[in-house]
Amino acid sequence: MAGTAVPGRLTWELAELVEVIVETPHVKTIVLDVPSWPGHRAGQHVDVRLTAADGYQAERSYSIASALDGTRVTLTVQRLEDGEVSPYLTDELRPGEKIELRGPIGGYFVWEPSDGGPLMLVAGGSGVVPLMAMIRTRAAAGDDTETRLLYSSRTPDDVIYRDELELLSGNGLTVVHALTDSQPPGWTSYARRVDAEMLAEVAPSPAERPRFYSCGPTPFVEAVAEAVVRLGHDSLAIKTERFGPTGR
Amino acid sequence: MDDLMLDGNAIAGLLREVFAVEMTTAIGTCGRCGTPGPVGAVHVYRGAGIVLRCSHCSNTLAKIVKSDSRVWIDLTGIRALEVTV
Amino acid sequence: MPPEAAKPVVSRGWRGRRSTDVDPARIPPGQYVTRDFPVLSAGPTPHTSLELWDFSIIGELDSPRRWTWEEFRDLPSEEITRDIHCVNKWSKLDTVWQGVSVDTLLEGIETSGEYVTQYSDGGYTTNLPLEDITGGKAWVVFAYGGEPLEPEHGGPARMLVPRHYFWKSAKWVRGLRLYLSDEPGFWETNGYHNYGDPWQEQRYQGD
Repeated sequence: MAGTAVPGRLTWELAELVEVIVETPHVKTIVLDVPSWPGHRAGQHVDVRLTAADGYQAERSYSIASALDGTRVTLTVQRLEDGEVSPYLTDELRPGEKIELRGPIGGYFVWEPSDGGPLMLVAGGSGVVPLMAMIRTRAAAGDDTETRLLYSSRTPDDVIYRDELELLSGNGLTVVHALTDSQPPGWTSYARRVDAEMLAEVAPSPAERPRFYSCGPTPFVEAVAEAVVRLGHDSLAIKTERFGPTGR
Repeated sequence: MDDLMLDGNAIAGLLREVFAVEMTTAIGTCGRCGTPGPVGAVHVYRGAGIVLRCSHCSNTLAKIVKSDSRVWIDLTGIRALEVTV
Repeated sequence: MPPEAAKPVVSRGWRGRRSTDVDPARIPPGQYVTRDFPVLSAGPTPHTSLELWDFSIIGELDSPRRWTWEEFRDLPSEEITRDIHCVNKWSKLDTVWQGVSVDTLLEGIETSGEYVTQYSDGGYTTNLPLEDITGGKAWVVFAYGGEPLEPEHGGPARMLVPRHYFWKSAKWVRGLRLYLSDEPGFWETNGYHNYGDPWQEQRYQGD
């Protein structure tokens, strides 16, 4: 666990927006540059803080979407209709402007290639973000740990990173999609919510001792965690990151 | 179990502010049921302050209240905490 | 040395979601107004069936009192409209409740107790002087916005004590215990102010 304990308290740093990438109708990726970024591990997150002119503040946490890349930190943000922070990040912030950011944070929900596998990633909606960081880290390292991603979205338009996931598939990475609300014509993959039966079909068996990571809204992660245990996996084999009832 | 519940990981930043080391990988032992587990996996509730509960028996492990300049922590529900330094 | 913001950087044009078309005289210092009703909880939502639910007054009094749900609902109740203020800085104006006044519950009681602790399913407690829950200042409410109180908002019944920060209105309340001396509750023993008057901004110990 060397390197897990980064000493000292975190401080608020200034991150500059470099680029905004549209992922889906409700989701954008913001590429930030954070001078003297100490580096991060896949699965970690940052806290972002906004301050209004009268001093009013709000803080939110966002998972880092990118693999380690110098001072670049990429966040994928779902724009919540009545969101306090997310609409500002996705629609208002302009390249060159800065926001306050603190991190990287978290040592529990992380994966690096040396942790091994087989890796079973189960994502609900924007919960795919930290899992994508793991997939990108694996790819950047040229690692071939057996990895499966079961990714549940509402509609085809809601699938984040769709093309990149297709590109990265193979070489030990399998991506399985579940579309719960609507499917394109000719859809052959899952068309319902993730359940124990689906996990039994997609995940490695308990005998293979997979490492599960699941991220998404709390009810989704709850259902996944219960199903995983019911299928005979060790309850310690699954790490979860819950977003709360409505997501961040 | 509750829709509102988060994991200990959700307050990793807050714990880092207080303890100055990564706490989500620390192993806490519940003072009531004796089950050990990583802080990152405990159940987190947000009320007026933050409450950490044992994922096995729901015992209150810790309470955290934070003002701008002070943090109060009640750790009486944790029998022992093992931290990597 | 990593660059550090000397003071927070203002986010151009950002105001957050607070409501601004409100009479400032109604807003205690440091509060912001929301139209949402954020759900905050110190623990999992209890689900006590109405058959098993009861409400009690115990401790320092002549004889304990207890009402079943039916008995409680038979008591005179009233509609109460108040502003509520949460210690995390959110205020919600003109919230409408239906409930039984604590004065009704304590009617005719003989007590030398001067303090009251509200206690709830799940173990939550919060304390106040007896005089701050009597004289039309507190209710046990069972409906919000014309509908039965939902479990996540404290149902079947919670306390409503609008003159204090809302952590002093216990959700899932099951009774009041009267004491001779003050017994700081769940949050009062861990940093929050013992009295919690929003108009004096008494959020934390020492404020």
